[in-house]
Amino acid sequence: MPNMLRIEKIEKYYGSRSSLTKAINNISFDVEKGEFVAIMGSSGSGKTTLLNCISTIDKVTSGHIFVDGEDITKLRGGKLNKFRREELGFIFQDFNLLDTLTAYENIALALSIQNVSASKIEDKVKDVAKKLNIENVLNKYPYQMSGGQKQRVASARAIITDPKLILADEPTGALDSKSAKMLLESFNYLNTNLEATILMVTHDAFTASYASRVIFIKDGKIFSEINRGDDSRKEFFDKIIDTVTLLGGDLNDVV
Amino acid sequence: MMLFRLSIKNLKKSFKDYAIYFFTLILGVAIFYIFNAIDSQTVMLNVSKNTHDLIDLMNQVLSGVSVFVSGVLGFLIIYASRFLIKRRKKEFGIYMTLGMSKRKISLILLYETLSIGIISLGVGLLLGVVFSQAMSVLVINMFEADMSQFAFTFSNGAMIKTIIYFSIMYFLVMIFNTFSVSKCKLIDLIQASKKNETVKMKNPIVCVLVFIIAACILGYAYYNVTAGVQNIAEFSDLLIQIGLGCFGTLLIFWSFSGLVLRIVSTSKKIYLKGLNAFTLRQLNSQINTTVVSMSIICIMLFMTICILASATSIKTSMAENLKEMTPVDIEITKPVNASKTYYLDVTKEQDENSMVSVRKNLEDLDFNIDDNFKDVLEFSSYVDDNITWRTTFGDTIDKVLAKYSYLNVDQKEILIEISDYNRLAELFNIEKYSLSNGQYMIIGDYDEMIALRNEALKIGTTITINGKTYSPKYKECKKGFIDLAANHITTGIILLPDGALENSLEAVNYLFANYKTANGTKEEKQKVEDKIRELNNHPNAENIILNGSTKIEIYEASIGLAAMATFIGLYLGIIFLISSAAILALKELSESSDNKDRYMILRKIGVDEKMLNKALYRQIAIFFFLPLSLALIHTIFGLQVCNTILETFGRMNLLASISMTAIFLVFIYGGYFLITYFSSKNIIRER
Repeated sequence: MPNMLRIEKIEKYYGSRSSLTKAINNISFDVEKGEFVAIMGSSGSGKTTLLNCISTIDKVTSGHIFVDGEDITKLRGGKLNKFRREELGFIFQDFNLLDTLTAYENIALALSIQNVSASKIEDKVKDVAKKLNIENVLNKYPYQMSGGQKQRVASARAIITDPKLILADEPTGALDSKSAKMLLESFNYLNTNLEATILMVTHDAFTASYASRVIFIKDGKIFSEINRGDDSRKEFFDKIIDTVTLLGGDLNDVV
Repeated sequence: MMLFRLSIKNLKKSFKDYAIYFFTLILGVAIFYIFNAIDSQTVMLNVSKNTHDLIDLMNQVLSGVSVFVSGVLGFLIIYASRFLIKRRKKEFGIYMTLGMSKRKISLILLYETLSIGIISLGVGLLLGVVFSQAMSVLVINMFEADMSQFAFTFSNGAMIKTIIYFSIMYFLVMIFNTFSVSKCKLIDLIQASKKNETVKMKNPIVCVLVFIIAACILGYAYYNVTAGVQNIAEFSDLLIQIGLGCFGTLLIFWSFSGLVLRIVSTSKKIYLKGLNAFTLRQLNSQINTTVVSMSIICIMLFMTICILASATSIKTSMAENLKEMTPVDIEITKPVNASKTYYLDVTKEQDENSMVSVRKNLEDLDFNIDDNFKDVLEFSSYVDDNITWRTTFGDTIDKVLAKYSYLNVDQKEILIEISDYNRLAELFNIEKYSLSNGQYMIIGDYDEMIALRNEALKIGTTITINGKTYSPKYKECKKGFIDLAANHITTGIILLPDGALENSLEAVNYLFANYKTANGTKEEKQKVEDKIRELNNHPNAENIILNGSTKIEIYEASIGLAAMATFIGLYLGIIFLISSAAILALKELSESSDNKDRYMILRKIGVDEKMLNKALYRQIAIFFFLPLSLALIHTIFGLQVCNTILETFGRMNLLASISMTAIFLVFIYGGYFLITYFSSKNIIRER
């Protein structure tokens, strides 16, 4: 399988020379096409910084990030926005839906800012809504939806552009367990049936257990990495918990 | 001291937020100074005493208006500072969690207000002094004084007045700030940024219906003030139209955004292009929450444009009017048969003297007509007990009284023989007429009365004088006048064939003349004028009733009046313009800061800055120009009304006044628009 995402020795420093904080300290890993990878770590471990660097919201201090062979650390200005618009899909903890727009319009927005024609938008929105089972909320406003529905609408917005990579930042963070489970099932569906490549940041072991691979980060470095392989989700979950315990007290809040 | 440093730092940091506030304050101070400084600029003008009296009156009125203006500005400043406090709730929350007392926070605000006040007063006064020089030129021009009198002026009085008035305003702001801080609860301050907003959606069908109704109401009001203007007789009728206009405006804004959303969203091609959907929704919620203020601003803009347009045109139209209305230098009239015609309480001497001509009266006052006057023309007008307004209105009298119940229809008509009028017309260089036996005609130039008289003439109302009946030659009144005046005030004079008035009562004897001067210069004419004014002090003066109007006198009174109207109009117009623009700007800014998150979301899903800025620009532009466009539509019709009201001053020079008004609009309104855009851009860029 080709690499969809290749991260090469990236580093991210904050602060001045006198008080340097290494948020990311020499991290390298690959994500293959169609993989569902979770990144775990406690708060302050650098996982959000990592996601921000990949999503080009933040810039790395050194190193390279390749998305489908293209070095995105070399992109500037308009190209950067174009890349973010067309190659990436985002799912955020707090949904980030526009409360003035209906679900339909929220989803369509991702395409309309790419100047996709209106008729095409119509078909695609209906299609993706069907896949994520949100057809009945398309004409509702965010304040009329439940958290789970909102997050599935946000997911629909993320995947409608057929991005090469879907980045999810704590997608279940604001959901109750039932909604979280439904969302993760959706992720699984996207991953297996639509071959979407998903990179998800979380500190919740249950959420991480839906991934095919989990990378643990501690103090800006990769601490360990476990593959699900042929394990059942329950077995994988136990393995994750074990690693989390190994990571130390810092991650206690996951239990 | 620490608090003072903190407030100075705050100011520096949030200077961009304060830009609008500063801009408004500085403009306010400058304008206040400029208009109050007119006083000192007019003092040194070398103009006649008459003009000076008018200037005094104008300055008194201007200072009265200043009180009103300071009220408006005070309200505006408090409104603006409320916006700024709202924006800093979180900051105050942090101070309070750190244990700072409310008193100290108030103190910070007090220092801030103080620094802002001092800076804005300083800058505003400086600007005011600079621009009041331009005003000087306008003042000189207005009073037609000599340009060589232009000198740099600085008005101490105006400065002190400005400082006092604005100090009071700032003091009120301080009290208000202290009050609003003391009312705050810590929890509200900290959670100020977190608020749930439910989007209220209006039923689009209702919107469409309301919009149609509103358009009908406005159309009806528009019709009434233009095509149907003859039905508007009293001021209260006009008020009804204005009320309708306001109501229609309110409904338009209530329904407009819903309507547009409805129309645009049916075309997916436009709606789903770029950020159009977002911008439209944004505008929709924005307009929906500001229906009332939008309407008020629209009406205010409408008034502003009308005021500015009228104010800037009144001078030119008056000047044109005057040239036409005062074709000769002097008109002297005197009542004949004083005790029998108009004057009831005359002395015996006065009554006796009234029986001789103006010429004789002047001689009695030792005034030599031939030395001082040329082009002398004398004639008399007559009255007849049977010829009153009631007679000439004939069968239309009931209609007239139904509409103008206050009209005194028992007053006697002025009657003049046609050849007398034609001699006058020759001198005035206006149209002459001819009448055959048994015909009469009416001349006049006061449109409202003319319209009434035309009704009677149309049905051929006849009049009978000395046993002879006359019928109208024309089915309408003809243009004409006899008295020198600043305005078109001739309500109607009946012209009759020569000899028709032989047995009628002579009422007024007229003498028209030009001043006899060597070179026709202004100074020489003024000398003759002064001689005539001196006649009032002649020992015989009290026994002789003479009335005079002179070109110079009318001219001076008119330019004084025109100048007064212009300055007051400009003053109020500019202040209204600033107020409405500032309120819009503040609304838009608070909107932008409330919507920071939305723009952040757009940025996260890959919308680039250029696209965001474009969307923001469109949103602000529409928000600013929506009330303006409706106001402009109102203006098209409103100016017709202004035109009618100001008709006695002459026709407006629309092109000139509209371009003047446009300059004000572009600079002030456009300035606010740009500042708002750039400030909003900064606000949404914040993380």
